[in-house]
Amino acid sequence: MHSPYDLLVIVLVFLNFRLLGASQLDTCVTTVALQALVIGILSLFRTGLSWSWMPAMVVLVTLVKAVALPGLVRRAMRETGVVQEIEPFVGYTLSLLLGTGMLVLCFLVMRPLRVPHAGADQLLVPVTLFTMLTGLFLIVARRKAITQVLGFLTMENSIYLFGVAFAIQESWLVQAGVLLDVFAAVFVMGIMIHHINREFDNIDTDQLSSLRD
Amino acid sequence: MIWALILLPALAGGGAFFIKSDRPGRALLLATAAVHFGLTAACWRLPRPIVAASGWLAADALSLLFLSIASGLFLAVALYSMFYLGPSRKAPINDYLEGFTFENRPDAVFIGCLLLFLASMSTVTLSRHLGVLWVAVEATTLASAPLIYHHRHHRSLEAAWKYLLICSVGISLALLGNFFLAVATSSGSGQEMSLTMPVLLAHATEFSPEWLKAAFLLMLVGYGTKMGLAPMHTWLPDAHSEAPSPVSALLSGALLNCAFLAILRMQTVLDAAGLGQFGRTRLIFFGLLSMGWAAMLLISQTEYKRMLAYSSVEHVGVMAVGVGIGGVAAAGAMLQALNHSLAKAALFLVAGNILAVYRSKDVKDVRGILAVMPATGALWLAGILAVTGSPPFGLFVSELLVLKGAVAAGRWWVAGAFLAALVLAFVSMAWVALKMAFGRPQAEPALPHRSADLFLSVLVPAILVGCVLVLGLWVAGPVWTLVTEAAAAVGGGQ
Repeated sequence: MHSPYDLLVIVLVFLNFRLLGASQLDTCVTTVALQALVIGILSLFRTGLSWSWMPAMVVLVTLVKAVALPGLVRRAMRETGVVQEIEPFVGYTLSLLLGTGMLVLCFLVMRPLRVPHAGADQLLVPVTLFTMLTGLFLIVARRKAITQVLGFLTMENSIYLFGVAFAIQESWLVQAGVLLDVFAAVFVMGIMIHHINREFDNIDTDQLSSLRD
Repeated sequence: MIWALILLPALAGGGAFFIKSDRPGRALLLATAAVHFGLTAACWRLPRPIVAASGWLAADALSLLFLSIASGLFLAVALYSMFYLGPSRKAPINDYLEGFTFENRPDAVFIGCLLLFLASMSTVTLSRHLGVLWVAVEATTLASAPLIYHHRHHRSLEAAWKYLLICSVGISLALLGNFFLAVATSSGSGQEMSLTMPVLLAHATEFSPEWLKAAFLLMLVGYGTKMGLAPMHTWLPDAHSEAPSPVSALLSGALLNCAFLAILRMQTVLDAAGLGQFGRTRLIFFGLLSMGWAAMLLISQTEYKRMLAYSSVEHVGVMAVGVGIGGVAAAGAMLQALNHSLAKAALFLVAGNILAVYRSKDVKDVRGILAVMPATGALWLAGILAVTGSPPFGLFVSELLVLKGAVAAGRWWVAGAFLAALVLAFVSMAWVALKMAFGRPQAEPALPHRSADLFLSVLVPAILVGCVLVLGLWVAGPVWTLVTEAAAAVGGGQ
């Protein structure tokens, strides 16, 4: 029976819509953390408990993505005293509509793709793509630097989800390296947001526009 | 040996953050650069490939070529930094454009990040596992972003933010490409394979072609962002123009090559799978697009550092086209990587000298360099001639090889477009450079109290330009062997 598993996949879709429609930064951070948590549970479903280090790695990755990284983002928000309102370039209703379009598109695009072996999950693949597009959308269509970081995290989540969908078992060393990189990236971004805030008195990225041809 | 090449700069970099006084920090930078260069040189004498970490790290011809470029440039930049981090740089600096004052970040951070940057670039060149390669490429982004924000003002902050975000997002796509590749490997036996190069090359024919192609495209776009291929190059001119000049030199000369290496690795896998043509067509497309795009933007460029940055976009295009054509053009591309790194690094360092005296990046404000700083002016002209591919400099030879390859392969359209872009770039860059070198200095630029040409600031670019000149006249035996070996690995040398 797949039902709890499928339910979690649908929860992921809903979480993406919540990201697209949320008007408060706090909501977005929580949603990204929840997303990481759900992906962690999904990957425990897939890997089972066969390998001794695999569940440990999954738990570690999930802890970092669901607790540590959102913690870093929250710290940056606290330090900069940012206003909670998201101030989108593209309105919430339009964002949700576009999201629906993206979801349909993902299912259409992914249908003809032949999955080479039986281990892969057909439902999860379009959802992966949808999560990725959501992340990109957040980066492009929102004004604050924090939402760009959240978009980046969503993209990272989606790539990890892809690994889960195909039960890719990378060696733990590479996984740890990737995790460390993502952590460091968010850390450096957090520091930069701090500087952006000090330089411009806010963290709106549309002020970062003096360099052009 | 391999481990030392990575760990030495990494440990030194970690330590440099804690050295607060000036002299020991700079001594550490210079010493590490020298030892790293020595180790790299020692690798030339050993039989290739040199394997470490049970096959995850190795130095083959491709690695050694790109490692030598990175290591040599780093030594040059470390020497130049002794001048650049001089005492005069400590005081608050007046911004030339908007008149506010700003400070630099502490030297310790600068030196530490530089060394970590070297460590991550060494890892990129030496890794033979595509997962490790990805981790290392992302690490180069993280180590170099603080370097771009060395001058603390809003423009460099903007450049660093764009760089960090665009490259991180771009490289995420390459990570997805890695996963696609893992899926491709499992299509034959149902079992995933390790992503080390020897395993991939040996089993490439069993992989699922669709997934392999998709993996290549994702990596081409992902690493291509980092490499500066148009249209993913948007971060590049900003980062190169706002970073301190030594950092621009490293970004342009060493980092772009590292990203190119990642694409080359994937191309060899495609070749082994019999899909080489698929990859080559895309490389030619993006290469020509980059060359054309850059040539267009070079015409109307008003800032000389941005001009150099767009010239880098053009040259990575040349490399991509060279590998795309294959055969003798691939050897040209490898030689081009070497030549371009030396010439462009020299130019960025010279641009640093010009900026230090004229305090402006605008071409309009810079006139009569030859009169104000004879040595720097001469190097500026020589560097521009070299980088636009005029004889007798090395880039002439390598670009000619690429062109020859295109003609020999009967690809007249490619050859024509290639030549047109080169000529356009030559005309626009030479025109700007001549205006800057000659002419009368406007209203006595805020000329320094010190003499305009400083020994170290001239010596380093002079050596680099000298190397390009020598490479144009005569490619030494071992260098040519290495270049052809590297080219053979990416489908050259038929």
